[in-house]
Amino acid sequence: MVRLPYTTALTTLFSYGLLFVFGQLRDFFRKLLGWIRKPKDQLKGYAPICLGLEDFYVRRLYLRIQDCFGRPIASAPDSWFDVVERCSNDNNKTLHRTEKTSRCLNLGSYNYLGFAAADEYCTPRVIQSLKEYSASTCSTRVEGGTTKLHVELEELVARFVGKEAAILFGMGYVTNSALIPCIIGKGGLIISDSLNHNSIVNGARGSGATVRVFQHNTPSHLEEVLREQIAEGQPRTHRPWKKIIVIVEGIYSMEGELCKLPEIIAVCKKYKAYTYLDEAHSIGAVGKSGRGVCELLGVDPADVDIMMGTFTKSFGSCGGYIAASKEIIQYLKFSCPAHLYATSMSPPAVQQVISAIKVILGEDGSSRGAQKLARIRENSNFFRSELQKMGFEVLGDNDSPVMPIMLYNPAKIPAFSRECLQQNVAVVTVAFPATPLLLARARICISASHTREDLIKALEVISKVGDLIGVKYFPAEPPKHLNQGHNKLE
Amino acid sequence: MASGLMDVIANALNLITSAFDAPTGAIIFGVPIDGHLMLEALLVMVIVFQLTKKSHKPPKKPLTEKEIDELCDEWVPEPLTSDSTEETMIKPPTLESAAGPHVIVDGKDVVNFASANYLGLVGNKDVIDSCVGSLEKYGVGSCGPRTFYGTMDVHLDCEARIAKFIGMPDCALYSYGFCTIFSVIPAFSKKGDIIVADEGVHWAVQNGLDLSRSTVFYFKHNDMKSLEAILEKITSRIKEPEKVRRYIVVEAIYQNSGQIAPLNEMVRLKEKHKFRIILDESHSFGVLGNSGRGLAEYCGVPNEKIDIITAGMGNALATDGGLCTGSVGVVNHQRLMSSAYLFTASLPPYLASAAIGALEYLEANPSVLTKLRANIAFLLKELSDVSGLATVGHPLSPIIFLKLKKSTGSNKTDMHLLDSITNQVLKEHSVLIVTTKRSSLDKCPLPLGLRLFVSASHSESDLVKAAASLKKVAAVAFS
Repeated sequence: MVRLPYTTALTTLFSYGLLFVFGQLRDFFRKLLGWIRKPKDQLKGYAPICLGLEDFYVRRLYLRIQDCFGRPIASAPDSWFDVVERCSNDNNKTLHRTEKTSRCLNLGSYNYLGFAAADEYCTPRVIQSLKEYSASTCSTRVEGGTTKLHVELEELVARFVGKEAAILFGMGYVTNSALIPCIIGKGGLIISDSLNHNSIVNGARGSGATVRVFQHNTPSHLEEVLREQIAEGQPRTHRPWKKIIVIVEGIYSMEGELCKLPEIIAVCKKYKAYTYLDEAHSIGAVGKSGRGVCELLGVDPADVDIMMGTFTKSFGSCGGYIAASKEIIQYLKFSCPAHLYATSMSPPAVQQVISAIKVILGEDGSSRGAQKLARIRENSNFFRSELQKMGFEVLGDNDSPVMPIMLYNPAKIPAFSRECLQQNVAVVTVAFPATPLLLARARICISASHTREDLIKALEVISKVGDLIGVKYFPAEPPKHLNQGHNKLE
Repeated sequence: MASGLMDVIANALNLITSAFDAPTGAIIFGVPIDGHLMLEALLVMVIVFQLTKKSHKPPKKPLTEKEIDELCDEWVPEPLTSDSTEETMIKPPTLESAAGPHVIVDGKDVVNFASANYLGLVGNKDVIDSCVGSLEKYGVGSCGPRTFYGTMDVHLDCEARIAKFIGMPDCALYSYGFCTIFSVIPAFSKKGDIIVADEGVHWAVQNGLDLSRSTVFYFKHNDMKSLEAILEKITSRIKEPEKVRRYIVVEAIYQNSGQIAPLNEMVRLKEKHKFRIILDESHSFGVLGNSGRGLAEYCGVPNEKIDIITAGMGNALATDGGLCTGSVGVVNHQRLMSSAYLFTASLPPYLASAAIGALEYLEANPSVLTKLRANIAFLLKELSDVSGLATVGHPLSPIIFLKLKKSTGSNKTDMHLLDSITNQVLKEHSVLIVTTKRSSLDKCPLPLGLRLFVSASHSESDLVKAAASLKKVAAVAFS
């Protein structure tokens, strides 16, 4: 839960107001200059791509701090990587690459289990499959794009997640947006959490069903909405709904919170609604054997109707999957457009996921999987507790590897990002529109490949920068020596 | 008697008249108040009283908790998906080797006409070597979206290379070819804008049109007269042309029919009516034109006249991912407004290296395009006399589309017939060709058919074998 102090809210609003006023002033001068200079003839008669205030935020606010986003890297996104330096001649409007790179600690990539860089078990097998199957099949799954690897991975994923069958897609975003229209259409109702990801929102919009939102992670409000909607029926005609699907995520990437899955499943069972769980950030990263939020919270996978996940975060590859009962998967293989029309997943990427899952399950003959899982849990809990002791406002639950640190003020966003980069720590800062306007934050993603020394260095740098820019909103605990804390947790 | 009554009435009338006119002696605001004024004041009060009284409405009774419980108990949802039947069990062939011109299926060597491997780059040694180098340096996935440390120097190099190849100032790289078009259209066209699209566009374009919430008009497949009529109708109705964005959305080579869009005519129409063109070049990038630059090069249209070009790289370039180019403003707009660019992980670096390798190969060996064109021409000639099937589609299209000369009546039975043909061709003659599949969500009205994807690496014997086996099977099926 975010507790926004009043003074901070006032200063944040004031800062945004000031930026808005300056932006409008600049726009006014731009219009004036545009009047004086004649418009180009070739664009006469065409409506401009952005009218009026549509891109005001981008032009006047985002471009000022553009150097904090989209930083290119020149090595694998492992725990340490090379960030390419960029320079600008026109006050951040355009940025140019330089040849220089700086080695930084990576606190931003989704590398939860450390499979991002070359791995001793996975990489030789991936290279083997590349030589055998080439980089792409150039065909859709139903035509000539299904290889032995795809079939093997679908069975493996179903076994790993605990469902009867699974289907693969080449990209996580497409999995949501092309799947939801397939299982629900006009006359159905989708109830989704208010902080769901953009792909789910797009899929829900594209399906034609009515969409209602319930308060983030509040099962009691979900129950209220369900009761009200079932009693009222479809809008205007009041016919009963054809079906109701409730969509939630396992870990919300901007909050770091775990979903209250057992209560939500209980509510859905009571009212006969179907559940759809998006485990993009939680599969492989939480749970004793990495099986995700269901394992962590003790929910039987058979209770969730459709489980979706991606391979980008914990498995170091690309693509997504859906795991459900045999009938649903059969139906999807027949009618889901992303299966029928899209190029199938690249075979080396499939092999990477197969090898990664085998490592996690211990089927490669070593205990590296269990070690990685234990390490990420330890790292996340250690880092979160230390940050909270220093006085930062950190969101998220225990065991979740995603931890947002609240910044609030728009000026603190580039300050935090640039100061940390100067000290060779790369962090990710998120502002509007990915988060609400007043709630800008810096988001840390912990990986199993971070060592204890890396984390201690990160904590030192963040603490120094936090003092410098004033984001320690809570009183800090009296400073214990960090080594003492280190010994206690071992 | 009568006079007595008359007297009574006359007396009453006199009384009333005198009461009306009798001065009450009160003077308010300089106006003497007479009796009739009292009556009028009384009437006004009665009227006001009636007006202010609320009209009788039946009282609203919200549902009680018990009633809501009952409704919830009674409600029965439909099953999540409809039951699967025999025809919904599709079993595609499982490949056991790379998807080149020959592929191993079920242990047998099969001639492969199901992969859009137009330039024969699947299995190319140089491309694979550069991918291996990339894998060892960067790993497989990029572990982050473009804005959060997911941009690698390989991506930037790939974008610059593609932009140089096409001849546009800049290019944006997407991580999956399929979602490029359905993310680009809503980024540029919003509610209130107007889009004119061909009726034969594939599902990804249709989804993009739905998501954009704009007003969409469809014109007859590849029919310029129909397009012109619609454009005239729209232009005559728009009141403020400088406030409404207008787009024409077409594909260069249509997946559903193998036709090629007449770009010259379209550019003339677009300049006359002030529309912008969004062109999907998934199957023509690396195929059409003397050096493979696509439809604009083939038609001799300068690049600046086409506003937005998108392409999926899963075809000629034998890699995965998508690209979108245009002027600098167009590309920059996408980097901040396109959902599939912002909210998803970036392209795996080894696929970007494969794209660069593919472009280098194409630039070094432009003869591969002449070989591809020769193969297409040869195969079309061989297939010109298949019984029951007719080749439709442009002579330069690498997708050879065969549709049924006479439909059996419904899409389902057509599909049945075509599937039986392809199954037989695979089992008895070891040639892999495919039928067009239609999802239940697809709104395309074009007919189904068989598709052969011709590659520059097919040998003449492959083409002869394919044509001969298809002719044999079709002769039996349509006899």
